[in-house]
Amino acid sequence: MKKILLSSIIVLVGFVFIGRLSYLQLIRFSPEVLDDTAVKKIFDYPERGYIYDRNGALLVANQPAYDVMVIPREVKPLDTLEFCKLLDIDKATFVKTMQKARRYSPRLPSVLVPQLSREDYATLQEKMRKYDGFYIQKRSLRLYDTPSAAHVLGYISEVNNADLKRNRFYVAGELIGKTGVEKSYEDVLRGRKGVKHIQKDRFNRDIGPFKDGSYDTLPEHGKSIRITLDKELQEYGERLMVGKRGGIVALEPSSGEILTLISGPTYDPALLVGRLKSPNYTKLHNDSISRPTYNRALLSEQPPGSPFKSLNALVALQEGVMTPDTRFTCYNGFYVGKTKRGCHCGGGRRDMVSGIEQSCNAYFAGTFRKIYDKFPTTDAGQEAWEKHIKSFGLGNYLGYDLPTGRPGHIPGSKFYDRWYGDGRWASSTIISNSIGQGEVLATPIQLANITAAIANRGFFHTPHIIKQIDGKDIDIPDYTIPKYTTIDREHFGPVVEGMANVYRRGTAKWIQIPGIDIAGKTGTAENFTRIDGVKTQLTDHSVFVAFAPVENPKIALAVYIENGYYGARYAGHIASLLIEKYIKGEVSRKDLEKKMLTKTLEHEYAKPFSGQPFEINEYVW
Amino acid sequence: MSGSGSAKRIDWLSVLIFLALVAIGWINIYSSTFQNTEVSLVDFGSFHGKQLFFIGASIGLIILVLALEARLYERFSSLAYLGSLVLLIGLFIFGKTIAGATSWYNLGFFNLQPSEIAKAATALALAKYLSDIQTDIRNPRHQLYAFLIILIPAFLIIPQPDPGSALVYFSLIFVLFREGLSPIYLLVGFCGILVFAATLMFGTIWIAIALGLIIALIYLLKRKNQKIPILYVIGIFVVTVLFSLSVDFVFNNVFEQRHRDRFSLWLRLEKDPAKLEKIRKTIGYNTYQSEKAIESGGFTGKGFLEGTRTKGDFVPEQHSDYIFSTIGEEWGFMGTALVVILYSLLLLRLVFLAERQKNDFSRMYGYGVVSILFIHYLINIGMVIGLLPTIGIPLPFISYGGSGLLGFTLLLFIFLKLDSNRMNEW
Repeated sequence: MKKILLSSIIVLVGFVFIGRLSYLQLIRFSPEVLDDTAVKKIFDYPERGYIYDRNGALLVANQPAYDVMVIPREVKPLDTLEFCKLLDIDKATFVKTMQKARRYSPRLPSVLVPQLSREDYATLQEKMRKYDGFYIQKRSLRLYDTPSAAHVLGYISEVNNADLKRNRFYVAGELIGKTGVEKSYEDVLRGRKGVKHIQKDRFNRDIGPFKDGSYDTLPEHGKSIRITLDKELQEYGERLMVGKRGGIVALEPSSGEILTLISGPTYDPALLVGRLKSPNYTKLHNDSISRPTYNRALLSEQPPGSPFKSLNALVALQEGVMTPDTRFTCYNGFYVGKTKRGCHCGGGRRDMVSGIEQSCNAYFAGTFRKIYDKFPTTDAGQEAWEKHIKSFGLGNYLGYDLPTGRPGHIPGSKFYDRWYGDGRWASSTIISNSIGQGEVLATPIQLANITAAIANRGFFHTPHIIKQIDGKDIDIPDYTIPKYTTIDREHFGPVVEGMANVYRRGTAKWIQIPGIDIAGKTGTAENFTRIDGVKTQLTDHSVFVAFAPVENPKIALAVYIENGYYGARYAGHIASLLIEKYIKGEVSRKDLEKKMLTKTLEHEYAKPFSGQPFEINEYVW
Repeated sequence: MSGSGSAKRIDWLSVLIFLALVAIGWINIYSSTFQNTEVSLVDFGSFHGKQLFFIGASIGLIILVLALEARLYERFSSLAYLGSLVLLIGLFIFGKTIAGATSWYNLGFFNLQPSEIAKAATALALAKYLSDIQTDIRNPRHQLYAFLIILIPAFLIIPQPDPGSALVYFSLIFVLFREGLSPIYLLVGFCGILVFAATLMFGTIWIAIALGLIIALIYLLKRKNQKIPILYVIGIFVVTVLFSLSVDFVFNNVFEQRHRDRFSLWLRLEKDPAKLEKIRKTIGYNTYQSEKAIESGGFTGKGFLEGTRTKGDFVPEQHSDYIFSTIGEEWGFMGTALVVILYSLLLLRLVFLAERQKNDFSRMYGYGVVSILFIHYLINIGMVIGLLPTIGIPLPFISYGGSGLLGFTLLLFIFLKLDSNRMNEW
């Protein structure tokens, strides 16, 4: 016992030590050498990529901004008065900011004067050397070469905690695209920051480059991108939208490229840059009545109204339940059981072309019933109808490359089974769907996409905003391969003809442009709100979808103006101006242009908040 | 009888391990104090240059130790002991204060720390006293004398203050165990530490419950006709609980906050993250930083001169007491395991050598050498890897320090000389 006591203890201690060392060095060890606290990383930020429009016109560039920084510990006694004069601040501010910086950290840099202009920087730069502990840090901010497209471009902002958790690339204080293209193409635009590793001692002082800089990397500039927007058209459209609420989306049917995407009201993207960003954002965000930060073109789900009739006509033709010559009689309305539903087409017998042309409710109610009558059960009819309608990109997210969206709604049989009870509904119950009211909802970009599909006679390209990355055309199969609808090409003839007649002599004959043939469809969507708990009808939404020219269409668009009354009134006129601008390059109808630029709907939007009884759908124009 | 004759019989395995440890030490001292600038290896202004000088001096000392006649060490052990006591007392008058501790004599070219030399002298004196034909270790009176030999230098060192070095002397109790002191002391001491730690971690109530359960278990497992003296059992139970209560009292009422902090750091009593963070920056700084440095080494380490925490001087005293963390960071698990294995081998080898001595004095001295080296190794590495509380004593042969290296070399090679001479001891 006494001979082995000490030896045993020695062996035991050896095992304990090896065990503890295995725990420390093998189990707790994490191999990220460069995360060492003894190594400081200094980032060299690359310039963010520029954004150009489809024709190469600059939309977004960068501007340098200069912050005067201070490291309180390193400040030596100085001539405060002279220094304040140089920085153009008063002494009280200087003292206060210095105290704040010292409280934050005596060793780490704080901002003393944020975002000097380039001119101030030039004069300061050479004199700065005299003042120990102060230096100028260059930062890169966005510079907008357009007052419009804020909703498409988005903005950049400091990363928040959620971003940091999601993506290890970022460090607190760095900038990241928050919305729009800045967010969608963040990876492309941001480039790669360069890293310098500095070896530190225990007082957090630099003692030279880590491993002679062998881990250091150079920054890589962000790639510039070209987006599909037409800068001129976008700016023009936004000017037309002043004082109106709603969404406009214009597509190039042959490619699915988004030519214009407008949400009214909008704001100048430059508001969200620089020193005033925070108060400006708060102001925009807190405007809960006109909601300028809400992207109506992508997010506003509304009943599509009459433009939806064209789709029902196509479904009926595809299912073979009628021909273009099938006629229905309109009695200034139609009957569902004993209830009469109104129509303001003027009445009479109508075939498909004139039904679309005059937007006859009775004709499409008949069409809708015929589709369902083909099938043994309503459920089967609903299923077939839903399949055709959804093939136009409705009822689901479209899959475009902007970060926000809504699916809209195309009801299925399950939906109605829940609502009315199994077997307790029929085509007559849901007849409102025939004219694009009822339970059907779509966003403006979905309406534009339907229009593009009709313009293409049966297929569409998923709408997208990206055109080129770093000078190379995109090659994304999702955008370049056409998606076919379930409607055969030959059925589009009569529908397109009806839509062309809408413009020639139908509900949109007021908006004609000399020399351009348009196919379009007006819509006037009823809508309601609650005022003090009472359901109240407001002035109808004005909807217009169109493509032009009828043959070889160059542009397909949807215009949705809240409370604009008749489809042809606001939406139609704005659409016609945009089409003329895009196809001809300039607008010849100066009177109309002036009228649309100056007319606002603010009086309509004020009505529900006035506290007074009000008229809707006023004839005044 | 002469040096040349005994050199053939010297235990070369021990010498090789000694040389390996010294070499490892020097390499890591070089790295811990490396400043990114080119310095000559023999620059005596630098730590590694000075250490190189001391290594040379140690080799000279080894030659001297081996050249002297083995009997001399036994004969002059009392004198050496008295001499070192005089040196320790002299510190109160002539001592030089470094970092708050008056532990050094200023000899001009270097500072001599007598407590390092006194370790070898005390081991010699203890062996001398115990090996005396008149001494009987079972006699309490002789036990007391033996303890006094150990305690006198310890008490002279405590007020320097250098409680760490003083603690080292207590390790010589292992010599007494070898010579017949009942290991019950060790058991009681160990149980005392256990109860102390357990009281702080779990509280007296849990100790009482656990002890009760153990006693119940013993009663359940005992053979039928086996008798357990019930009074002893109750006595042990009562004494343990009383001890535990007194620990509680002493900890809360007698200890100062810095003592409490040290124990709560050792036993990881603090669970609140905010306070933990504070502890890491204050009293727990050394332990936390050295643990982190070792952890960051991984299996293979960062490589020679590549330790970022070492270079940044994050770990204090890294060339001396905390040198093991440099080994951990730069050489990884391979390096630290090698050092632990080398130490275990050396200590076991020395135990083996001690056991084969025919002369009682040599055996007892050998045990003294092992005890002193072992306690340094245990406390130093235990502290650096966060298993033991912070007690500042060097890692023999590896840590920077001239007196230390010379003292440990002297300690070891006197024994190797005695061992090489054992054939002449008929």
